[in-house]
Amino acid sequence: MTEEEIGLIEAEEHPLDCYLRKGRIPHIWCPGCSLGSVATMIIEAIRETGIDPKNISVISGIGCTGRTAGYLNFDSFHTTHGRAIPFAIGLGLTDPNRKIIVISGDGDLASIGGNHLIHAARRNADITVICVNNFQYGMTGGQVGPTSYKGQVQTTAPYSNIEEPFNLPELIKACGATYVARWTALDVRRVKESFVEAINHKGFSFVEILGACPTTYGRRNQLREGIAILENFKERAVIEHGIDTEKVAIGKEGPIIVGRFVDIHDKPSLTDNLLSIQRMATASKGKGS
Amino acid sequence: MSDNKENTPMVNTGEYFTSGNLAVAEGSLAAGCKFFGGYPITPSSEVAEHMSIKLPQTKGHFVQFEDEIASIASILGASWGGWKSMTATSGPGYSLMLENIGLGIMTETPCVIVNVQRGGPSTGLPTLVGQQDIQQARWGSHGDYEIIALSPNSVQECFDLAITAFNLAEEYRVPVTILMDETIGHMSEKLIIPEKEKIKIVNRKKPTNEADGHLPYKADEDLIPPMAVAGEGYNVITTGLTHDERGYPALDADAQKILLTRLLDKIRKNKDKIIKLEEYMLDDSEFVIVSFGISSRAAKGAVNLARKKGLKVGYLRLITVWPFPDEQINQIAEKVKAIFITEINSGQVTREVKRAVEGKTEVHGLLKLGGAIHTPAEIVEEIERRTK
Repeated sequence: MTEEEIGLIEAEEHPLDCYLRKGRIPHIWCPGCSLGSVATMIIEAIRETGIDPKNISVISGIGCTGRTAGYLNFDSFHTTHGRAIPFAIGLGLTDPNRKIIVISGDGDLASIGGNHLIHAARRNADITVICVNNFQYGMTGGQVGPTSYKGQVQTTAPYSNIEEPFNLPELIKACGATYVARWTALDVRRVKESFVEAINHKGFSFVEILGACPTTYGRRNQLREGIAILENFKERAVIEHGIDTEKVAIGKEGPIIVGRFVDIHDKPSLTDNLLSIQRMATASKGKGS
Repeated sequence: MSDNKENTPMVNTGEYFTSGNLAVAEGSLAAGCKFFGGYPITPSSEVAEHMSIKLPQTKGHFVQFEDEIASIASILGASWGGWKSMTATSGPGYSLMLENIGLGIMTETPCVIVNVQRGGPSTGLPTLVGQQDIQQARWGSHGDYEIIALSPNSVQECFDLAITAFNLAEEYRVPVTILMDETIGHMSEKLIIPEKEKIKIVNRKKPTNEADGHLPYKADEDLIPPMAVAGEGYNVITTGLTHDERGYPALDADAQKILLTRLLDKIRKNKDKIIKLEEYMLDDSEFVIVSFGISSRAAKGAVNLARKKGLKVGYLRLITVWPFPDEQINQIAEKVKAIFITEINSGQVTREVKRAVEGKTEVHGLLKLGGAIHTPAEIVEEIERRTK
């Protein structure tokens, strides 16, 4: 170990501490939860982009993942359940140089906020949406959700989940998103690289992270420890960049396809389109007076 | 950060013959509104249509969202980006917005919501007049709170009160609702837009201290915290959770009491500054009509008609509906034989007047249930009948 490395270990401050809000730690997340890793990768990715932290805003909805924004020391906004995306769009449009990162859970984004998710993708809104999918509602105690697979057991599906889950990459791609990727929380290096790509992407970018929730998902589904969920991901994960998203649905068994599925660069974003409308409007000033 | 230099209000100085909906949009532009997030709904859609023409000309943005929930969330976001922002809707859309109006109250976010009221409940009377969202505007979001709601009764006042609404929103850091109604929104009258220099604009208070150690929810003596926005280096934080002066969640009874008391008091203790009323022939009156919005136009006509018949009738108009002018109405109650309220609902303001007068005089609601406005003659007839 070099002296520098020893110095870092002995230092009271972690090198990423300045990106966390002092006084907010310890966080609320359980042992074995993936959200700590995801939050770290968001910070690492922001650092790697070299973007001035002043120009970063992080917005969350409600739930365990929804607490992420409040821990991060950027402009951070903890909004209402499902409504992080429209809040983020309004915030982002006030300054085209502002990078907008929405981080929230599968229930928040794909269930109660599903309408906003699909329309933001359709508009190619200039936001990055990070969806941490733990297959159910964690904070409220483990209820079944729109990403729960058939056969999954949750507190409101005590016998078995009878519904088909959303295939989120397929849904978001179909709505017009220009960047869509999925990784498991185990693969932190690729998660970070994907976040960097998503943050640098112009237009709507969506990254689904499959996360472990031992407390309210794993223990009801034979995956009692966080590590068991991650090992399950590891055994099943297959990287397939550019694969047809129709083929990436997740079930109880079988491969979990991860990778960068969509990466399109030639489609104008919502901001591009609104700025071009401004130019049209300024040229025809006086209309409607 | 957001470019405030470009934040020059669009003031289309001149004389116009136009509708209330267009006037409220013009007033918002004159107040410096730069962002409109909305969803079409009768009878308010002309506000959105007009903003979609005008905002791009001011380097602002108009976005038609997927629903009213997204619309209100977007304007809160835009406000935190440093832009004055608004939406417009009617009763059903206002119902959908209420949760996020609560977020606006909790996070002290300046913004303006126009509610062009129609008859309800439910889909009700989409194209016809109603004043049935008075109590919804006061109590509709969950939890305890104080809000500001204004009620214009002319096209000119739609313009004027739009400016007032933005100014109050900025000054008190609170969402402000403009409670119009279908008739006010759709009728056309003369509108005079003054010169830019004659329009008083209030902007939110900014922090003067260093970003390091900044307490974003530490209020000044006026109970209102200065507001930094995104991009200014203050690492702005908001949450709908009960929070302390740092903006950090503080989930206990003490923190709740401290925060809620301040949020309530910043409006309650400034009631006298916020409340605007119009009085007419009150001095010698034995009977008073309390009204607001389009109903007040008929009420004023009724005062004139009653006076011709020798009845001493006066009139008090609520330009500010919330906070409610309890003290002013209580004082009037001491001097008059009866108070009548004309309103197009089943007694939403009547209920408040009864509360405010504390039994000191008779209170009668002259109520229409939606779809039609009062005539002066029927108001006078009713006053005569009840006072014989």
